[in-house]
Amino acid sequence: MTKLTLALATGLIAAAPVFAQDSLSGPDAFADISDEAERSAAMFTEMGKVLTHPRCVNCHPVGDTPTQGDDMQAHSPPLVRGDADFGAPGMTCNTCHGPQNVALTSGQGSIPGHEPWMIAPVSMGWNGKSLNEICTQIKDPARNGDRDLEAIYEHMATDGLVGWAWDPGEGRTPAPGTQDVLGQLTRAWIDTGAVCPS
Amino acid sequence: MTKFIVNGREVDLDIDPDTPLLWALRDELRLTGTKFGCGIAQCGACTVMLDGMPRRSCVTPISMVEGSEVTTIEGMEGPEIAAVQSAWEAIDVPQCGWCQSGQIMSATALLQQVASPSDEDINNAMAGNVCRCATYVRIRQAIHDAAKTLEG
Repeated sequence: MTKLTLALATGLIAAAPVFAQDSLSGPDAFADISDEAERSAAMFTEMGKVLTHPRCVNCHPVGDTPTQGDDMQAHSPPLVRGDADFGAPGMTCNTCHGPQNVALTSGQGSIPGHEPWMIAPVSMGWNGKSLNEICTQIKDPARNGDRDLEAIYEHMATDGLVGWAWDPGEGRTPAPGTQDVLGQLTRAWIDTGAVCPS
Repeated sequence: MTKFIVNGREVDLDIDPDTPLLWALRDELRLTGTKFGCGIAQCGACTVMLDGMPRRSCVTPISMVEGSEVTTIEGMEGPEIAAVQSAWEAIDVPQCGWCQSGQIMSATALLQQVASPSDEDINNAMAGNVCRCATYVRIRQAIHDAAKTLEG
């Protein structure tokens, strides 16, 4: 039993790698790009540090199963998204994930939580996509939950589940920067034409 | 003080609110049908019902269940658990038995939501319940058998 516990724990709290892109610049850092479209695209590229971070992509899968951890392993236990993007009957997301992160009694690591906790819809799958593809997708109401750009700003700047990415609990690397800086970047990206990087 | 309902009875526990529900059930309330397996929500042995939905009690601080209704294997009632229990006994599903409380809770939850589950439904619902004796074939059969019983 001890061996089983240790083996499982090792998989769950594998050492977090240090990400090269662990900082996030605000809009001021792009002020010297005179061409507005170029500046806009550059700011989305900066936003991409967050959007392509495991804290976001793990639950924005292209397929039917989420990933987990900084190394983006397959979710354990195996979980399917189900009809409501909330798992299968008998094992839904909230079978394990509660309204807040919970430290494991082993003393190492935690199980992530937030209310709500769910998988992004299929139309919002990002895993493995280029920044251009993600950007185009984010702007497309048919694939972004029928959001206009202002709603996209609100999502990035204020959504609680997005904000969890900076408070992910022990054993997971937070997304770079802060949600406030992501919100500033999103605002500035929209105000400069919401241009996608090529 | 943390107040919640366990198997229809109101309980009031004056212990650390971060205490896992599993600890509270087993050590404070002496409801030992729910088992400790891994402590990290990977094996399913600690599954209980929280407000009618399966929940891994090893990663559930009691502060989270304040005012909620918890049902353990000892308090389960209804046609689905009765059908599952009969099906389990009929083909002797358990081997060592350690995981079976959690298996039965998950199987019952599945049947409460899907009356006639396919193999895929069973795979998806039971994927979080590990059996070290590998009784999976009998578990699957017993769930199908219980579903047939419930169909009448």
